[in-house]
Amino acid sequence: MAASDTPFIANDIPYMERTRKFYRAQGYESDYVWAHFPTTPFIQPSKPLQESRVVAITTSMPDTELGRSNRTVYSNPIKPQPQSMYTEELSWDKKATHTNDIASFLPLEQLKALATEGFIGSVSPRFHCLPTEFSQKNTLEKDAPEILTRCQEDKVDLAILVPL
Amino acid sequence: MVVGSAMDIVKHCGVARYCYSDFPLGNPCGKPGNKVMQLAIIKQALGLFESAEAPNYTERTAHSWSEDDSWREGYAKVDDSNREELRLRGEARRAEQAANKAAGCSRSAMIAES
Repeated sequence: MAASDTPFIANDIPYMERTRKFYRAQGYESDYVWAHFPTTPFIQPSKPLQESRVVAITTSMPDTELGRSNRTVYSNPIKPQPQSMYTEELSWDKKATHTNDIASFLPLEQLKALATEGFIGSVSPRFHCLPTEFSQKNTLEKDAPEILTRCQEDKVDLAILVPL
Repeated sequence: MVVGSAMDIVKHCGVARYCYSDFPLGNPCGKPGNKVMQLAIIKQALGLFESAEAPNYTERTAHSWSEDDSWREGYAKVDDSNREELRLRGEARRAEQAANKAAGCSRSAMIAES
């Protein structure tokens, strides 16, 4: 399937348009500027899935005093698996759903199951928390390189990023 | 590889591989409590590492949130019922941001839309 085979359709929610109107209703004069790049990096995996180590990256924060108060990059072990993550500051749909089941947005259980059945090679011993930011500079120049370094330390082959 | 909802935002950014969940923001890996769906979505997403041959390769999951589509209307809704509340919230938010800046905090939280 080519990328163009999955177009935006009428039923899909126009989040950018809604968010612009939502910010304007709060008195903001400048529209939010979403990240946009003229080109997208792409490389093919060097190993088959069955031999690859996969890491999960989330935009939620650890559900700890530090995670709730200090938005920065965190890395935590996948064992023991966290029972909750701090998501309150993020813009998920609080009217329609909840984030009490972390497997609905942080796929540690799924990756462990898929490693057990041999679909992937292994799961990274740590997962990473990436703070959402107004500052694209912080993400590009500080947080993303830091997470890349940590993934390389853990000999990760593939990464799944799940933004909330 | 990104697993996420809000297709317009992800496509505007551009990502190597994208598994799109047409769900309310918050549960892109599957409905809370539905372990079968959650596993199927991550398995499909991982498959993109084998099938994608160019950046921005996107697949839509086959799963639906509900038969009722009313959830699509609620997020970041602006109408006469909340217009004044939003105006006041914006004023409070700007005051908070100014206080944080004065205190030397360089990282403000995003605004929650609901």
